[in-house]
Amino acid sequence: MNSLPLAKMLEKNPVLEDFFLTYRLPEPEAAMSPEEFFAAIPESVLAENGTDRVMLLNHWQLFLSQIDEFAVSHGNLSSLEILGGLDKGGHDEPVRRLLLKPGDVLSVVGPTGAGKSQLLEDIECLAQGDTPSRRRILVNGAEPDDSLRFSVDRRLVAQLSQNMNFVMDLCVADFLNMHAESRMIENPHLLVEEIFETAIGLAGEPFTMNTPVTDLSGGQSRALMIADVACLSSSPVVLIDEIENAGVDRDKALKLLIRSEKLVLIVTHDPSLALMAPRRLVIADGAMSVLVERTESELSLLEELRTQAAKLYDIRRRLRSGESL
Amino acid sequence: MKMLTVAGAPSCGKSSVIIQLLRKLMKENIRPAVVKFDCVSGQDGALYEKEKIPVRTALAGSLCPDHFYVSNIKGAWDWALSLNADILITESAGLCSRCSPHLKGIHAVCVIDNLSGVNTPRKVGPMLRTADTVIITKGDIVSQAEREVFAYRVRRANPAASVLAVNGLSGQGIFAFAKTVMESKNPDSLEGIVLRFSMPAALCSYCLGERKVGHDFQIGNTKTVNFEN
Repeated sequence: MNSLPLAKMLEKNPVLEDFFLTYRLPEPEAAMSPEEFFAAIPESVLAENGTDRVMLLNHWQLFLSQIDEFAVSHGNLSSLEILGGLDKGGHDEPVRRLLLKPGDVLSVVGPTGAGKSQLLEDIECLAQGDTPSRRRILVNGAEPDDSLRFSVDRRLVAQLSQNMNFVMDLCVADFLNMHAESRMIENPHLLVEEIFETAIGLAGEPFTMNTPVTDLSGGQSRALMIADVACLSSSPVVLIDEIENAGVDRDKALKLLIRSEKLVLIVTHDPSLALMAPRRLVIADGAMSVLVERTESELSLLEELRTQAAKLYDIRRRLRSGESL
Repeated sequence: MKMLTVAGAPSCGKSSVIIQLLRKLMKENIRPAVVKFDCVSGQDGALYEKEKIPVRTALAGSLCPDHFYVSNIKGAWDWALSLNADILITESAGLCSRCSPHLKGIHAVCVIDNLSGVNTPRKVGPMLRTADTVIITKGDIVSQAEREVFAYRVRRANPAASVLAVNGLSGQGIFAFAKTVMESKNPDSLEGIVLRFSMPAALCSYCLGERKVGHDFQIGNTKTVNFEN
């Protein structure tokens, strides 16, 4: 690849343009080889970019070697296995093995300070007996290698929480396009359209492609975040730290994530959210203390909670439209 | 003694990340020493003292902060040695985005936060481009999409670094950083150590205290912009 003229390389692989943007390099002349091009950059340009020739060449080589890596997704996760460690007192935790697969939904419950965050961190860093809990996480039945554990762009886990907000000064369309671009998706328009439609379907109140993301309400933001994670995030595992009840259809959201073959973990204090998962893990004293399967009667309880929520939602709607109750 | 140079823009979370790292290392009986390089007086020293971390604050005052940093790095090393420290961390804010405190052979860390905007990774110079590890902070308050785009841009600006996400408040992600730090190696002395990237020259009349603006007053190593076209 290195012997091709640089202009040809750029034509074949538009992604390389990003390197030129990042380093504010001029457009190469048609016949120039990469070697000739880099040798010809004036010292003053290098200095103004805060780089030198050796560093630039080194980064160029790394950039070339990483192109394929960027495009890699983690579609190949087939299982995640949590092997039990120790509780806060140093005793074996009761749940010794927990097998999770794409499309599974697990809720994680327990009082504040019980150790839910440690479990999430163990999953996030794919602990290998080297965190305080001594848990081990197997990926596809085997110990993951360090590059999977410690590189931010190969993260297995995407996170969604109530505290997260959009901070970019972009409208919905530009925002989604920018995310698609970072995932090396060549014709993002269809996908962007799909994410937008999905988000509208999840949100209680509509917005447009031209709405600035920072203007979205809490529910709209959450809907867009969920649709985006489902359709565009490279991470096969989604950690949800509560989803507010108002303004976003949580049932639809979960179904969407399951359909996208995500493995979903929900940390929550909200009973109906906890009951939406077929299994729930109870955390106590730093340990995975018990794994509970949802029963038939709990399922009908969930229905009851849904009916109540719908009733509450209806009251809210009527109040907002000026009715007397 | 292990050494780490930590650099990043003001308020990006350098001190929080260092404190999270040291809380973890101190549990393993590792003795730290921190030197905070700054331009004007800050309150960060107190943060470290509260954690019982030996700290010295070095203020550049009227001098170029990064030139000041280099001329004091050996002193910092000797001070940490005299404390019998196992690890010395220098913290500095690369204020002009052109400076970098990173030294060849010493593990170099750049801290950058998700709130600084997606174009920031392109704007930060050698401090980011020459780092071995880039720590991205404040991921807990932005969306997954923004985290992914930001990490991608950081990776683009420095394809050689390992990029980690750390939450400075909760310490989430500090495990991976601590592991990276403990696996890093550096020489036993600073003899013969060189900067990874030259610092901007500063040798003009303004370096010597000149305050008047205008052609007649700028003497020495100056660069003027052609505004004609």
